[in-house]
Order: sequence, then structure tokens, then C-alpha cells
Amino acid sequence: MLKGTVHKYGADFDTDAIIPGRYLNLTTVEEVARHCMEDVDPDFLTRVRPGDIVVATTNFGCGSSREHAPMALKGVGIACVIAKSFARIFFRNAINIGLPLLESADAVDNTEAGDVLEVDLASGTINNLTRGKTFTAAAYPEFMAELISAGGLIEFTRQRLAGKGV
Amino acid sequence: MGKTLAEKILSEKSGSDARAGDIVIAKVDLVFIQDTTGPLTVRLFRSGGFKGLANPLRTVLFIDHAVPSPSLGLSNDHRLLREFAGETGASMSDIGEGVCHQLVGESMARPGDVVVGSDSHTVTAGGLGAFATGMGSSDVAVAMALGKTWFRVPESLKVTATGSFTKGVYAKDFILHLIGLIGADGATYKALEFGGDAVAAMSMSPRLTIANMAIEAGAKVGLFPSDRTTGDYLAAQGRGEDYRPIAPDPDADYEKTIKIDLKLLEPTVSRPHTVDNTALARDLKGTKIQQVFIGTCTNGRLDDLEIAAGILKGKQSNPGTRLIVGPASRQVMLEAMKAGYIQTLVAAGATILPPGCGPCLGLHQGILGDGEACLSTSNRNFQGRMGNPDAFVYLGSPATAAATALSGEITDPREVMPG
Repeated sequence: MLKGTVHKYGADFDTDAIIPGRYLNLTTVEEVARHCMEDVDPDFLTRVRPGDIVVATTNFGCGSSREHAPMALKGVGIACVIAKSFARIFFRNAINIGLPLLESADAVDNTEAGDVLEVDLASGTINNLTRGKTFTAAAYPEFMAELISAGGLIEFTRQRLAGKGV
Repeated sequence: MGKTLAEKILSEKSGSDARAGDIVIAKVDLVFIQDTTGPLTVRLFRSGGFKGLANPLRTVLFIDHAVPSPSLGLSNDHRLLREFAGETGASMSDIGEGVCHQLVGESMARPGDVVVGSDSHTVTAGGLGAFATGMGSSDVAVAMALGKTWFRVPESLKVTATGSFTKGVYAKDFILHLIGLIGADGATYKALEFGGDAVAAMSMSPRLTIANMAIEAGAKVGLFPSDRTTGDYLAAQGRGEDYRPIAPDPDADYEKTIKIDLKLLEPTVSRPHTVDNTALARDLKGTKIQQVFIGTCTNGRLDDLEIAAGILKGKQSNPGTRLIVGPASRQVMLEAMKAGYIQTLVAAGATILPPGCGPCLGLHQGILGDGEACLSTSNRNFQGRMGNPDAFVYLGSPATAAATALSGEITDPREVMPG
């Protein structure tokens, strides 16, 4: 069960906003995380606490294919991202590195910055403790659930290669 | 029921009857990385313990995003890619060759191929009828190792273009108009498939411009049929044997059809800070511009430079506006030199960059100052994109860019184009 405070963003929140292109040559999660949201929300790093949750409206993570974007969010300790919809490359990248994403328009519409959410990833249940409301996110397709439980794509592939092949 | 282009290509490459919504594992015909997302891909490839590349001859490492290297960190990233090419036998495209997507179009992607790259504008090769899509470093590392990847077969949106462009209106205006119409998430998870009389009549360069920006509407791919134009282009590039015709079935199932009459379009500009924030160039008159950039995988081809040179010939760019031009590839640069376009542009005040991504993504070669605005022929205008969150990026065609360079403010190119 995850529990954290909400940081809320609007529509079309892009990967340049999450991590600007000039930091793509940083190599570790920690280094990348130090520049998360730097251009669009300079106070983010002083507000964010490990376990916090990002909530956004539509098309979160649009733009570049940089896997550094979910890496940066995971690196600052974001436990999961809840949005009305995600951009497709970001969606795959987040799954591949083990950053959980949940889609729930109701949860987004009924959550504000600073609210405290409790999230059960297994059931997709989102409980807004501040407002006393509960929502359910759509479940992942079976194939993606397998990727997540294996610990991401690289680990999934390694296990498959070691076992029955891909 | 017939198949869309996306369903056709993924059926062939997965050896199954692929339909929208299915999850398939497809053979990857070409896989590539570049110098911003590639180093992470190499590190993940190594950490995965993979034995080697599934297909070294069809694995390409491009150094194009920051060329020549502007910093120690990037120099070492470039070194890492060169070392990896040496270890694995992957092909190397080093500085001066050009932007990955342009080179993939010129000499690598074939109609019907599945192409995967660690760059969101990999969709460009959809102009040649390739199912080409961008992915993150983990996905690309696995595609390099296995020669295959998984896809959810996308639903397709059909974009039917009719009529012809009027003076001063180009493919860039078409795709900006389309994105303004459907929104930055108007095609998320889906394929955009282009067709209609106007598409059949369109040469390869505008097809690549349009396919390139499919991602800016969230699309997985932007697909054109492979037809006579494709065959002629491949033959001119010395690889006529790569041609095969591919068309969607007439009874294919599309989620939606969008019709656009080209003769109704006008020069269009995306305003800061989203691509779908479009307006007509003539309505933005008076917007001061400190830098104009003509180039990139979107609009750095020979015809783009020809259009810009045509407008700037014998004139001088505005003293308050820096004009930067970056040919998309070595071939484009050589042909533009031979045709005299480079001479014309330099005489008009342009600074010429080596073939590569230039200032598009804010790494070097034209980072904007505080409060400055750039009119760029690139594909993305997010806040901070050109290296400064306090700057403003407008997107437009090479013609709009050249007209803007002359006046120093956003200008409809029809105002300055001869008859």
C-alpha cells in the first residue's frame, strides 16, 4: 500500500518539463533526479518527499522518448503517477523501469495538490484520505502486469532468456 | 474486413493475423540509437547481460544531437557509442553525417519494415511506408538484443488530403493544422494513416515532414502508403531494390476519418509552449523574433533550403534577428552547396551549422536568451526546449521562417514571395 502527498499538474505535461534535454548525459538516477521539474516547477525538489504521488490530467509524459523522465520521477521518490491518460512512449518507459502508473479520470478530478492519497496497486484502488473518496483505476493488460511483476523489461527479458526463451 | 497499413505490416512481421487491440511480438528490421538516449541504452544493454546484437548490420548508432560535442560529458558519451560499435559490430554514423531520421530515410528504412529508435521522431520513416516508432532505452536495448519487440496493434485514424497547396503553404502548415485540429493527444496510442489524392501527388520530403510530427499528436506511427513516389525516391537514392508497394485495403477499418482540403490551408504557426497551440502566421504579425532556425529532421531537407533561399535571395536578414541554418544531412548539404542555396543563405546573413540536430533540443548552437523568441522549423516548442525556460519557441515552415528572418517579426511568407 502506497501513501503520499499529491503534486498536481495539468494537461500535456511533457518530458522536457520533467527533465530538460541538457541533462540527458547524466548517468545515475540520483543525478538525473536532481534536475526533475527544474524548468517548470523550480520549488518541486524542496517540496517533494519520498512516497509522494504525482497527479496530472491528460497526456502526461508527452514528447521525447527519454527514459530519463520516469527515472527522474522515481529518483526523487515519486511512488506512482495517476493521470487521465499517458503518452505512449512514457507509458512503456515507466513500466520498463518500475514506476507504477494509474489511469483514473475520477481520481484526478477529485484530487488537489496537497491531498493525501492511499493507493493499492494490486487492486487499483485509490483512496483520497483528505476528501474521504475512493476510486478505482483500470487494471493493466495481463502481458504488462507480467512485465511489472518481473521488475521491468530488462529483468523480464533476462529471466525469459535464462528460462524458456522469448 | 480488410487491414489498415499498421495491421498489414504488423501481421507480416509477427506472422499472425494482427488486428487493432492485439498484442503481438514483431520482428525488428532496423534498430537505432542516438547520442542523448543511446548511452543509457548501451548501459542497459550491458546490464542485461545480452550476448550481442541480433542483427549488427541493421543496428545503427548515430552521433547527431550534439555535433561536434559541446562538452566533456557529451564527448565521453560519444566515446561510449564508438566503443560499443567496435565491440558489437553495430554501424556507426559519426559527426557530420546528419540527423538520424534523415539518414534512416535516405539510406536505411524500407517500405514495410519495422523500425525502432530511441528517439520519438523515429516516426519520420513512416513517410516511406515503414512502421517506425520511438521507444525508450530499455525497449530499444531489448530490441537490439533480440531483434524483436512487442506492440499493441494500434487503431488507425485516416487522414484524407485532397486538393493542392496554394502559394506559400507547405506540408509543415498541413501537419501543424492537423495537430491544432486534433490536439497534442489527438492520436495517442494510435496510427495516423495518410491518404487521398493530395498524398498520392506529394513527393517524399513533405511526406517525411508530416510523418515526423505524428508523435506531436501522440501517435505511435504516421504512415504513408508505399507507391510510385516511394519507388522513385528509393531509386534516386541508389536503392531501387528496396522498393515494394504497400497500400491499406480499401475496406480497412478506421476509428475515424479526418478530411483536409489543402487549398483551404494558410501558413500556420504553433505558439509557445505546445504544438497544438496553432494560429495563422498572418494573425501573429508584430511578434518580434530574435532567432530563426531552419533545419532539423522536420524541415532540413533540400527543398526546405531551396524555399528559404528563394525568399532570401539578394536580400538581408533583419539585423535584430539571428538566422541559423542546419542541413539535415551531408547529402543535403552537398546538394545545397551545388545548387547555390548555401551561398545564397550565407550572403543573406545566415550562420550555417554542420549537419545535425542543431539548437532544436537546447543542447548547444543557439540557446535562447531570457525573454527571447525563436521561429523554428523544428517539431517541438515545449517550455525550455531550446535550452531556456524563459524563452519562447514558435514553429513554422521554412517559408514562414525565411519571411520572418527578413522582417524580424512573424511574417506570412505570401507577403514577400514573388507572384
